[in-house]
Amino acid sequence: MYGYAGKVLYIDLNTGKTWVEPLNQEYAKKYVGGIGLGMRLWLDNSKAGVDPLSPDNPLVLSIGPISGTVFPTAGNGHSFVAKSPATFGIGEAVAHGTFGSELKRAGYDAVIFKGSSEKPVYLWLDDDSVQLMDASHLLGKSPSETEDIIKQDLGDYYVRVAAIGLAGEKLSRIACIINEKTRAAGRTGMGAVMGSKNLKAIAVRGTNDIRVAKPTEFIEMVKEFHERMKGPAAQKYRTLGTSENILVHNALQCMPTRNYNNAHFENAKKVSGEYLNEKFVVKIIGCSSCAMRCEHEVVVPEGPYKGTLTRMEYETLWAMGPYCGIDELDAIVKGMELCNYYGIDAISAGVVVAFAMDCYENGLLSTKDFDGLEANFGNSEALIQILEKIGTRTGIGNILAEGVRIAAQKIGKGAEKLAQHIKGLEVTGYDLRCLKTAALGFAVSFRGADHNRHGAYAFDVKGKVDRLKAEKGRGKLVRDMEDIYALIDSLIVCKFSRGTYYKGLVDMATLYTLVTGIEMTAEELKKSGERINTVARLINIREGLGRKDDTLPWKVLNLPIPDDGPVKGAYVTLDELNLLLDDYYQSRGWNSNGIPTKMKLEELNMNALLKIVEEKLEV
Amino acid sequence: MVKIHDKKFVSADAEKCVGCQICEYMCSWTKEKAFNPIKSRIRVVRVNQLANMAVTCRRCEDPPCVAACPRDALKQSEDSGTILVDDDKCNGCGWCIEACDYGAVMLHFESKIVYICDLCKDEEGGPQCIKWCPEEALSLVTSDILAQKARISAVRKLFQDQKMHREK
Repeated sequence: MYGYAGKVLYIDLNTGKTWVEPLNQEYAKKYVGGIGLGMRLWLDNSKAGVDPLSPDNPLVLSIGPISGTVFPTAGNGHSFVAKSPATFGIGEAVAHGTFGSELKRAGYDAVIFKGSSEKPVYLWLDDDSVQLMDASHLLGKSPSETEDIIKQDLGDYYVRVAAIGLAGEKLSRIACIINEKTRAAGRTGMGAVMGSKNLKAIAVRGTNDIRVAKPTEFIEMVKEFHERMKGPAAQKYRTLGTSENILVHNALQCMPTRNYNNAHFENAKKVSGEYLNEKFVVKIIGCSSCAMRCEHEVVVPEGPYKGTLTRMEYETLWAMGPYCGIDELDAIVKGMELCNYYGIDAISAGVVVAFAMDCYENGLLSTKDFDGLEANFGNSEALIQILEKIGTRTGIGNILAEGVRIAAQKIGKGAEKLAQHIKGLEVTGYDLRCLKTAALGFAVSFRGADHNRHGAYAFDVKGKVDRLKAEKGRGKLVRDMEDIYALIDSLIVCKFSRGTYYKGLVDMATLYTLVTGIEMTAEELKKSGERINTVARLINIREGLGRKDDTLPWKVLNLPIPDDGPVKGAYVTLDELNLLLDDYYQSRGWNSNGIPTKMKLEELNMNALLKIVEEKLEV
Repeated sequence: MVKIHDKKFVSADAEKCVGCQICEYMCSWTKEKAFNPIKSRIRVVRVNQLANMAVTCRRCEDPPCVAACPRDALKQSEDSGTILVDDDKCNGCGWCIEACDYGAVMLHFESKIVYICDLCKDEEGGPQCIKWCPEEALSLVTSDILAQKARISAVRKLFQDQKMHREK
């Protein structure tokens, strides 16, 4: 067998029992790998209505068929899938580095964690040896510290580790899982699911050979992609990196600022990607097998946070910078480091802090609530202090660690209006009021507010459509992008490399065939992309989500952009949202409630899952 | 008589190396027709995010690995400096591994015989790690070339500094 390892490892943390089952070949072809395979396996191993933080919510770790090969960016990703404690629908998050390729060499396509361990443990996968190790000495340690200690304990430098921090242990709904110091499976609270299982870390060492079905053609394709990655498609990531977006979004006035009170930041230049690269970036490094390398390592050169080292990207810089009204880059970098230290999703963390600041400025929270802190927008000291509180769940941080939706419910007094989330997941750095294709993509995203489920912002930002207009046709744009993005996260290749697939799905299908030997066409692959989005939808429906949840944050629907300029007054009306949703559902072949029809499920060979929606379709 | 341009080895520029492991993948592919870093003759070390470097055999003068072998299984080729392993004599004891300061000697866990970079002597295009490195961080050097490079960059820096002083 090529591409796939052919094995799924099951770990019952209740009993400590572990066993291996062969990979379901039908699933492999239909759901590819990564999040697609992960979600399908999760569905088989869970019951409807499961509490995300209960032992009955399995955590699936999965990789794709390309993992472990030298294909640039494709060898190294892995994904976590479980019911999300943030959205109560399907949660998934992908990370890169070297962890995924190591898991493939250890001989698994997926690892499924069931139950919950009585004592804190970490999993040690040493090729086909599977051991649950005592992790009591790792409690309270950061993912980075955990990694170092495990390597030392096991006496092997090349062990790869993915771990949670204190936030995951304390079940924060914005907790993430971090591998190799700076790579995070960030979104949807997967760290809390891991924490609820008393599973501190996963350590892997794999030494099996990885071969491909058609080596000569495969190597030719690798060569071709090495060339493409030196070209324009990857230039942004090789140079300024995603932080370039700060000034681009700011100029377009589509950068949510101060918790969506504005759409542009007057001090953007002080936190720009250009300034970051000039003063802070010391090295750009790459993941395993990557031929473009993007990871911008920054070090604070002076001041109170001097020496702080972390990775920096647009989203996290935006979240803790402009979105909190903060223009001090050194504090933002420190904030990022704290998020990695405690193991919290830095996007959600920034949005939560901005929410808290908004509550403070509106009198919903007082100085007393912040233990004497004046939590105004722009106060960088407040950012650091609040992040510490969230990470340790002390003071107001105990509530904020729940994410904005639940925190707002607990605070009450209308705080819901200040909680900018979709389906319970915090927003990201695109002002949806003036990016209406993106607004649709965010509203229907199965994991909640996120740009990485569709990338539909590109149509708006690049001026391919009238970004202020909601019109028919956007549904298909979003749908097609969703299908490709689902495949990217299932194969798993890196989103930053998407531009190097000049022929899109045709290139991806070729890659799949050369590695696995399984004939695959662009049409079939496209269908898999659709199937992956559909299974996610089915899971969400099973868990009680529906059209009512395909919505937008309160301010996007109610607070027109106040900033003078080309987008002043823009927001999304309910009529516009409904028009967009109807158009999208129609293009997906779903009914007006957003439920996939029998015909669609049959077309996608998903008849076995019809039972999930049968009753709802009859109504 | 060894000429100064003869004894070459693969050296990584720590400034350019990003730790991507492509050299490892392509080395194991070339030598073993499999992607598997543990079978690579060049290994990447990432001490932290800022310190990345690929390391392989440096073809030492008077190589300690050769001296350490109690079975005379290793010898150094006089002209190229390649460490040659006699498969029949090597019993995988690992003294050469301990003796090497660079971790460039490794024990093959299937054949149980040690293996060392041979600069892809059987490949037309020479060392494949160099050919594939996307960062052009690897190069084939001699100790003389390394010294030249260091010298030139030191002098360049000096003159740049002077220029900056003048501009002040």
